[in-house]
Amino acid sequence: MTPFAFDRAGDLPAALRAGGAPGARFLAGGTNLVDLMKYGVEAPRRLVDLGPLDGLRRVEETPDGGLRIGALVTNADCAAHPLVMERAPLLASAILHGATPQLRNMATTGGNLLQRTRCYYFYDTATACNKRAPGTGCPAREGVNRIHAILGHSEHCIATHPSDMCVALAALEAVVEVEGPGGARRIPMADFHRLPDDAPERDTTLAHGEVITAVAIPPDRFGSHHTYLKLRDRLSYAFALVSVAVGVGMEGTAIREARIALGGVAHKPWRREEAEAAMRGLAPEAAGERAAAILLEGARGFSHNAFKIELARRAIGRAVRQAASGTPQHHANKVIL
Amino acid sequence: MLTERHVGRPRSRVDGPLKVTGRAKYAADYATNGLLHAVVVTAPIAKGRIARMDTARAEAVPGVLRVFTHENRPRTAWFDRSWQDQVGPPGSPFRPLYDDRVHFALQPAALVVAEEFEVARHAAGLVGMECEAETPETDLKRAMTEAYVPPKRRSGIAPPPKPRGDEAKAFAAAPVRLREQYGIATEFHNAMEPHATTVIWKDGELIIHDKTQGAQNSQDWVCSIFGLAKSKVRVVSPFVGGAFGSGLRPGPQLFLAVMAALSLERSVKLVLHRDHHFGLMHRPETFVTVGLGATPEGKLCSVQVEAVAATSRFEDHQEVVVNWPGLLYDVENAAFDYRLAQLDTHTPSDMRAPGAPLGMFAAESALDELAAKIGICPMELRLLNHADEDRNDGKNFTSKELRAAYQVAADRFGWRHRSPEPRSMREGQELIGWGMATGVWEAQTVKMSASILLRADGTAEVRCGTADIGTGTYTILSQIAAEELGLPLPAVNTLLNDSAYPAAQVEGGSWTAASAGTAVQLCARSLKEKLLKAARGITNSPLASATMEEVRFTGGRIVLARDPSHAVTLAACFRELGEEKIEVEETATPGLLSKMRYSSYAHAAVFAEVRVDEELGQVRVTRVVNAVAAGRILNPKTARSQILGGVVFGIGQALHEEGIPDHALGRWMNHNMAEYHLPVNADVPAVEVIFVEERDALTSPIGVKGLGEIGIVGTAAAIANAIHHATGKRLRGLPMTLDKVLPR
Repeated sequence: MTPFAFDRAGDLPAALRAGGAPGARFLAGGTNLVDLMKYGVEAPRRLVDLGPLDGLRRVEETPDGGLRIGALVTNADCAAHPLVMERAPLLASAILHGATPQLRNMATTGGNLLQRTRCYYFYDTATACNKRAPGTGCPAREGVNRIHAILGHSEHCIATHPSDMCVALAALEAVVEVEGPGGARRIPMADFHRLPDDAPERDTTLAHGEVITAVAIPPDRFGSHHTYLKLRDRLSYAFALVSVAVGVGMEGTAIREARIALGGVAHKPWRREEAEAAMRGLAPEAAGERAAAILLEGARGFSHNAFKIELARRAIGRAVRQAASGTPQHHANKVIL
Repeated sequence: MLTERHVGRPRSRVDGPLKVTGRAKYAADYATNGLLHAVVVTAPIAKGRIARMDTARAEAVPGVLRVFTHENRPRTAWFDRSWQDQVGPPGSPFRPLYDDRVHFALQPAALVVAEEFEVARHAAGLVGMECEAETPETDLKRAMTEAYVPPKRRSGIAPPPKPRGDEAKAFAAAPVRLREQYGIATEFHNAMEPHATTVIWKDGELIIHDKTQGAQNSQDWVCSIFGLAKSKVRVVSPFVGGAFGSGLRPGPQLFLAVMAALSLERSVKLVLHRDHHFGLMHRPETFVTVGLGATPEGKLCSVQVEAVAATSRFEDHQEVVVNWPGLLYDVENAAFDYRLAQLDTHTPSDMRAPGAPLGMFAAESALDELAAKIGICPMELRLLNHADEDRNDGKNFTSKELRAAYQVAADRFGWRHRSPEPRSMREGQELIGWGMATGVWEAQTVKMSASILLRADGTAEVRCGTADIGTGTYTILSQIAAEELGLPLPAVNTLLNDSAYPAAQVEGGSWTAASAGTAVQLCARSLKEKLLKAARGITNSPLASATMEEVRFTGGRIVLARDPSHAVTLAACFRELGEEKIEVEETATPGLLSKMRYSSYAHAAVFAEVRVDEELGQVRVTRVVNAVAAGRILNPKTARSQILGGVVFGIGQALHEEGIPDHALGRWMNHNMAEYHLPVNADVPAVEVIFVEERDALTSPIGVKGLGEIGIVGTAAAIANAIHHATGKRLRGLPMTLDKVLPR
């Protein structure tokens, strides 16, 4: 672990000033960044602790009936907040499918958006990794890749984004609110995380010095017709092999509209508007099949993870059925509905 | 008042309050003024040599005292012999910082010592190494082609039994035949407490707090390597936060911390990083091939078991893998073969029931396959072939209540309601599977000494050099002493794992309860003789002519059994002796005669229920019943915990635990607890533990067989068999992860 300077930001402008310095990083819950610093994967010269910014710790209603979740709201508080449980139960469910109570007590909304991959090679500084050390190569392609991407990967990187929360945010079409040296901007979830392409060291489109202030969630359109279905290597406290966040609006037994995103399969939550459009007017079974076909178009596995393609196809079908029947998968129920 | 009974009663751990209040000190919890902190730097390659070591940047960090490498380490012992310990296998033990060779991934290559931990850790990141890498081999499938019979047997490990009958001929002639290969992935111990050593240096004398299953083993090793007199080195490790075998052999952290302390003449603490453990200790990947020949009715005609297990290039680690089915089942023709194949890894370590869950996963899966093939109940198949004597060794068993274990476990599980066809039981979208398997582990005893110091005030101290690694040894030894001496349990204080205590072998092999327990009982009986003699000597003693058979020790008194009004207090005995305290030391030695004539094993019948999502392959273990026949149960509460822990280990082995190697790099890639999956609460169902009544006067004088390992053996096989029953899919490789279960 490399020595670093430590600032506690008194207010947002002060945080932005301190965070703009070269080599500075913002610190929220620290559940990922501090681990990475201990592993020598990250070595920021300066940490700017956002802890004192109480203004970022609020969940509020927006005038249109949506929600704004402050960047420092912990995952635990977010999932237990009455407004979130009522207006964005899919988000609460996805959060509760991830990590442990201890981690969720520390991890924040903003930090979770910036969670880094769990690729083995990224974490192990004795190995090459284009994401950690650009230009060194990607040993996962030929090596151990059971947990890696089947979609959107590049020759430079096949890592996945590990968050559960973000998969729900993608399906909910959330917007990430950001403040930076150049002012405020709003980044739709679809544009927030990036595919690795030839710059896998960049997980997101956030610029240096920009800080996430909140996540805005549009008004709820799905009621109980949503689900977060997560498949993993043990029944709790493991990252997703494949996960599906889906919300549907029903008209009789047919799907009127749908939003669907996959986790564990790509460098970002995987969403295709064409898949959602194709589900319209179909019965759940058929809608699931269509969605899977489009979402998994071009999916390609490596030596250990090809099973994810079939697993994802089935998980999509199952999740769509759960959502259509208004029976979301509860995180504590280990029987898959 | 009758004697207060302790043995056989459920008692909470006597060390429980210390542990839950944080007062129990573990190896890394000790501190002293001026304590230095050491951090290990590992080699970045798996095989090759370190061409250049750059320590200048690390040494320049203020607060760093020294960076030890192979280039500047102090001189230590050179001969293999000096590096051997009580339990190590044949070969040339790994010597940290010995030379420029890299033998395995995550090998310690430098040690940074600094005034503060954070400084040491930072400087460790600045140590540079240029390496010349060679191509490592970590793929057992490839290395197997050069497997060999270990030329030198590992002491204490039973070799494969001699063949009997004509297995090949009987197999060829058998009406029903089956021959399959099973594989078990590399596993890691991952005890909660990391391996750590704190060396308190004072004028050249060392007090060492080491995470070890045997303080005396650590002491001997340190003295041998550093050429120190035993009087200068004391190892004190009263509490161990789980070890599962990883603390049997003295580890690199012990060598490195002592080296630094002696060299710098300061106290030093070294805690291994969790990742480092993955490089230094593991259960070896093993392939086991089982051939069974049987009659159409299910009587076994032949058994063949062949195993190839991984070891390092420098030591022949050996386990008992292939012996078990030839022992458990009555079969005329049997052949066994156990080979090793060398990989570029550290030498494997014993891990909970070393060998047994590997061989038994294979054998008990094969029996399940045979039962399915023939169309008989898997339990019936086992009863039909039950061995009443040990045909591997031609001996009788001291006791074997396995039949009763099958019966009681089957009854509690509701086995008779099982529908025999695979995929025939379901609820909703889940297929339900019921499977069973047998567990077995050798009941061993080893030489152990103990002492009891009894004071006139009716309090006692029990001392023994062996360890309690969380198993309950403190509690059962206190129970035995209290019961024998007629004292309340809190009056007895048991002290363990100190090299200054009476000599004892390492804690392991499930032998501690029987061995240390017997030594404590001998001490108590010897004390009782002295006390009764004193009581008889008192003027006008009410016990003047009483013999040991006629008296009881109870409530701090010696009373005549037939007339409790005749009694002498222990205090009076001490007055008569003119002492404030008396101390005795006794040694329990294995009964060699009994060992020559009899075989002794603990047995278990494990029944498991799984529910498998038919579409998605998610497996849930929803019930486990484990009935154990292991002689006398000293404390049903701590005993149950041992079996529960074993079953949880078995669930992990069955479904989760797996070192995932990158063969090109020769490196475990999931060397941390986020990516190496252990079962969590959600994976562990209600587990019912039943102890079957089993009287055994031959294994140990206290009737005990030991429980540390038996709980895991058979569990993975029962789960695999249940998954087959649920899905119709036979999985022959552990762990049975979702991708393997997922239907095509």
